[in-house]
Amino acid sequence: MKQVFGYPESLQNRPNHYCPGCTHGIIHRLVAEAIDELQVREKTIAVAPVGCAVLAYNYFNCDAQQAAHGRAPAVATGIKRALPDRIVFTYQGDGDLASIGMAEIVHAANRGENITVIFVNNAIYGMTGGQMAPTTLPGQKTTTSPYGRDTATTGYPIQVCEMLNTLKAPAFIARVSVHDPKNVMKAKEAIKKAFEYQVNGKGFSLVEVLSTCPTNWGMTPVEALKWLENNMVPVFPLGTFRSLEEVSK
Amino acid sequence: MAKVTFNEERCKGCELCVSVCPKQIIHMADRFNSKGYRPAEVIEQDKCIGCAFCARMCPDVVIEVYK
Ligand code: SF4
Ligand code: SF4
Repeated sequence: MKQVFGYPESLQNRPNHYCPGCTHGIIHRLVAEAIDELQVREKTIAVAPVGCAVLAYNYFNCDAQQAAHGRAPAVATGIKRALPDRIVFTYQGDGDLASIGMAEIVHAANRGENITVIFVNNAIYGMTGGQMAPTTLPGQKTTTSPYGRDTATTGYPIQVCEMLNTLKAPAFIARVSVHDPKNVMKAKEAIKKAFEYQVNGKGFSLVEVLSTCPTNWGMTPVEALKWLENNMVPVFPLGTFRSLEEVSK
Repeated sequence: MAKVTFNEERCKGCELCVSVCPKQIIHMADRFNSKGYRPAEVIEQDKCIGCAFCARMCPDVVIEVYK
């Protein structure tokens, strides 16, 4: 019998701290699989965010740096410019990237930095206890919007891919989801493609991955996958927004 | 012929694997692992088709698939 599915080398073989059923673990594994398949582990540097994924450097089996809240794209810019032969990626949540880090992500994308951004959007602040995020859905109940997000006073969910797609420089922008095995496979393809863009020196690549937070959404992990599919996907449509040129294999 | 193995100590009992198995052969065991979760297990191994849906959905890389 041949092993057809196993533990990726680019993921450290240790338990993660994520809540049961949190899809961060799936996304970590997809990133690790992409790094394995492109055989770039030895020269990859991860930049960890602040948020639930703050300990990502304990999980990816490559060099890593941890950035101040929201600053991962700026730190990645510095690393990539100093060491242009390395593969540099950030792994950021929506609180980190779309709130305090909005300036850094917009300008890194606008400069067309040759880095890869994995943007994990679960429509809430997970680590700090389920507060409203810029990506929280209209009417969604959180600890700071107990009656549901009121768009009259707090605006609407920020669609990061659509917004960055108005810029000229980015090379690859896609939004994927991990709510079922089919979408997990599509997410894997997009993440691998984003890294391929960087390997081939094509410039800025970002993959937004719709993710769950069963704990702060107050659901079972299986219910959370359904909730994501039924509520988040309509607000954050899946697809490739930018794919400047096909990467030669 | 296909086979799935579970690294029981890593399982957090989230049941995502259970929800996607097309053969519905994954169940939560009656025992607990050392973290206090009831781990997922497959008893009817001969019904497994090796699709790896379970492994792809597992956030904790508990599952390995052989074919
Ligand atoms: S490999 Fe497929 S059939 Fe086998 S246990 Fe996993 S999901 Fe079920
Ligand atoms: S998906 Fe993984 S962690 Fe969740 S119950 Fe199945 S084996 Fe355990």
